[in-house]
Amino acid sequence: MALLLAGLLFALPNYYGESPALQLSSRDRAAFDASSVSEIGGALKEAGIPQEEIFVDGEGRLWARFAKADDQLKARDLIQRRFEGQYAIALTNASRAPDWLNALGIEPMSLGLDLRGGMLLVYEVDTQGAVAQLLQRMERDFRKVLRDARIPYEEVAVSGMSVRVNLRDASQTDAARKALLEYDPQLALVTDGPPGTLTATLSETAAKDRQSFAIQQNVTALENRVNALGVAETVVQRQGQNRIAVQVPGVQDASEVVRLLGKVATLEFRLVDTVNSPLEAERTGRAPLGTKLYKQRDSTPVLLKRDVIATGEQLIDASFAPSQGEPSVSVKLDSRGGDEMLRTTRENLNRPMAVVFIEKEREMVEREGQEVAVDRSKEEVISVATIRGVFSNNFQITGLSAAEGTELAKLLRAGALAAPIIIVEQRVIGPSVGQDNIEAGIRAFTIAAIVLFAFMILYYKVFGLIADIVLLTNVIFIVAVLGLFDAALTLPGIAGIVLTVGTAVDANILIYERIREEIAVGASPWAAINSGFDKAFSAIADSNVTMLLSGGVLFLFGSGPVRGFAVTLCIGIVTSMFTALIGSRALIYLFYGRRRRIERLAI
Amino acid sequence: MEFLKQVPSIRFMALRRYWYFLSAAVVVVSIALVFVRGLNLTVDFTGGLVFEVGFLQPVDLEQVREALGAGGIEDFQVRTYGTATDLEVRLPPPESGVAGTEGDRVIATLKTLDPTVKLNRTDSVGPQVSQQLGEQAALAVLMTLLLVLIYIALRFRWRFGVGSLVASLHDPIVAVGAIALLGIPFDLNVVAALLTILGYSVNDTVVIFDRIRERFKTMRKAEPAEVIDRAINETLGRTIIVSGSALSSMIFLAVLGGETLRGFAVALAIGIVIGTYSSVYVAGAIALDLGASGRDFMPPEKRGEVDELP
Repeated sequence: MALLLAGLLFALPNYYGESPALQLSSRDRAAFDASSVSEIGGALKEAGIPQEEIFVDGEGRLWARFAKADDQLKARDLIQRRFEGQYAIALTNASRAPDWLNALGIEPMSLGLDLRGGMLLVYEVDTQGAVAQLLQRMERDFRKVLRDARIPYEEVAVSGMSVRVNLRDASQTDAARKALLEYDPQLALVTDGPPGTLTATLSETAAKDRQSFAIQQNVTALENRVNALGVAETVVQRQGQNRIAVQVPGVQDASEVVRLLGKVATLEFRLVDTVNSPLEAERTGRAPLGTKLYKQRDSTPVLLKRDVIATGEQLIDASFAPSQGEPSVSVKLDSRGGDEMLRTTRENLNRPMAVVFIEKEREMVEREGQEVAVDRSKEEVISVATIRGVFSNNFQITGLSAAEGTELAKLLRAGALAAPIIIVEQRVIGPSVGQDNIEAGIRAFTIAAIVLFAFMILYYKVFGLIADIVLLTNVIFIVAVLGLFDAALTLPGIAGIVLTVGTAVDANILIYERIREEIAVGASPWAAINSGFDKAFSAIADSNVTMLLSGGVLFLFGSGPVRGFAVTLCIGIVTSMFTALIGSRALIYLFYGRRRRIERLAI
Repeated sequence: MEFLKQVPSIRFMALRRYWYFLSAAVVVVSIALVFVRGLNLTVDFTGGLVFEVGFLQPVDLEQVREALGAGGIEDFQVRTYGTATDLEVRLPPPESGVAGTEGDRVIATLKTLDPTVKLNRTDSVGPQVSQQLGEQAALAVLMTLLLVLIYIALRFRWRFGVGSLVASLHDPIVAVGAIALLGIPFDLNVVAALLTILGYSVNDTVVIFDRIRERFKTMRKAEPAEVIDRAINETLGRTIIVSGSALSSMIFLAVLGGETLRGFAVALAIGIVIGTYSSVYVAGAIALDLGASGRDFMPPEKRGEVDELP
């Protein structure tokens, strides 16, 4: 009973459904206040566009909910015209559920892109390329280390998964080894070849680390850019070995989204100019000689020296270390960047250094009838920290909160030399198709369900009614569990539900047919009920176990639609086993339990 | 209300040679259909670009072809789907894997014909993805079949496992044949439908096997064929109700459920009919001809070797 109530509660938001909505976020990240709410509300009213609700959410974004998708589109055009460039506007859906439900954090299950419309992009990360990049960098760094140590070499070259060093003088092998280990203590150096050769092999774990770094880096970069779209309920997730799936629901301009996600990011480490005033420079709009004016993330201005210490191309790794007393972000550069860092830090102790995050996007612009590619870049200072000691290619950035540290490490990774990605799958489903799908689908399901329910009552009378209640509960459970797991309902997911509802109907029919048979051979009503359940149990258990087995296999081996099918199938089987065997028996006891002696069963 | 007031006594097994022949013929025809007519594979499996566009008024396919050709688009296929106002334009996969610019070009070209045209859906699947999707789906289906075979063999002895395996292979094959015959687009959703058919067929088979197992224990003196007939007859009422209600639901979905659900629902409806037939005629009959008998389910005899019976 408690379970049923919980199921109902979690399924409740789905009853209210969702309506089309706009989500506005200010370009300058400022939260909306009451005046802007009334301003936008007024503008909509003036234009005669009816809205259901306007509110500001916990993250300072403004939502406007509409009854019809038509109004939503009109409102978008209006806001775009009236408040040009002020807001990032996203078309989305908002739950109609009352506030107390939303406050409990119970959300309706989300619909898959095939049912609501939207865009799916699957990128493939060139992980092989990422490893090759690393090997090339090792080769370059080895040359530099040997040159700096004045150890002459014949050749330094990548071969397979290792970098091979051929020294001119075999007697210097130990010195070379020492120098290389100083550069990277974790190098796996072997000297088993002819005298004077050293081989550094990239271990399998190192290669795997590099690959997962490449994927992580691209996931982060894509997440940042998808978030910049301002669309609600976007999903960026790793898929299989080396793919990343991006889901953007709602109406989208496909080529625009692809372009925005295809931006290239990099980093620059620069010294902060502490002599001149950044506020003065901002006021006059002129930066002093040898400096450049930047904005920090909180939009305070900062003046940075023009000379770049290191760039994202030289960044090998950046990770957040939460413990060690103080949270910190450890950064690893290659030897070129490390050298420059060493020189700079030696000369600039206790002065601030900044990290600039640069995102470039290529835009096609029509100029004099010709399409020309124009690169635009967005530059932002993501960190300013004081140099506390002399360091080279390994250092920590401290003085951050845990949240800031995680964010900084993410941004640093996103700005590192990117492993190339290509789009391998792209799907755009128009929202009208989605809308039609939902409406026609729901109507068909409702009619099919009503016919089935009516038949069950007609055929099995009271027991049919009980079966109907149990089936309805089962569907409520499935919906509640889907919402709980944040799983999206897709078309194949509906197939899974259809199959489980089918087997749940079957389970009830099996039991009832058994009860009838028992009555036919003259069993008393109670005995018939009990042996009906008992004898039907083995068939129900066997068929459910086989289905659960296949559901599990499909979940493990399938992907995309097949997996969506498997998810609802597995959830449905567990809930239907529970409802058919326990729920319906409980209801029968509830119905007949009060009468000790029953003359006839209404079956 | 009750459809079958009394348990019928149809002798299903007596005619099993004919059913075998019929099933074999249908399977052969299905496979032939797949090869002769070919499956209407979507980009999920072939890779490529598909644009679904909607016009307000019915359009002439020839005009569309000419316009696209004039717009400099190569290697395209155009066909209608559903209604005369909805078109599907197919292109080979783009080099870059980006459908955005191609879609813009197609729409821009079609706008010269009718400015109200709308792009409803774009699917772009790279060749490596499509190959993998197909392989994964096939692997998933094979693994499922194998596990079901093992489970049923454990629960009902191997003869029944083989019977259910043949029945559950039989059903998707015939369904695929029907899909080829009707020209239903074969996409990943149809794969999900085939999996549903498989699940449905196995469920049906298990229910009948369960009754056979029970009857073998109670009807010790009867001939195996007689026992299987009796079990099928006893469950016939349930079989009719379950299949009938599932079938009617699918028909509602196919008629009212809209374009996207239609192919899916039709595939399922076909599968339900075949699944019911195969559980009644194929699965039990094969178990019988493999020598299924009461001994399969006897409790260990007092002097018998217990080890032989799991």
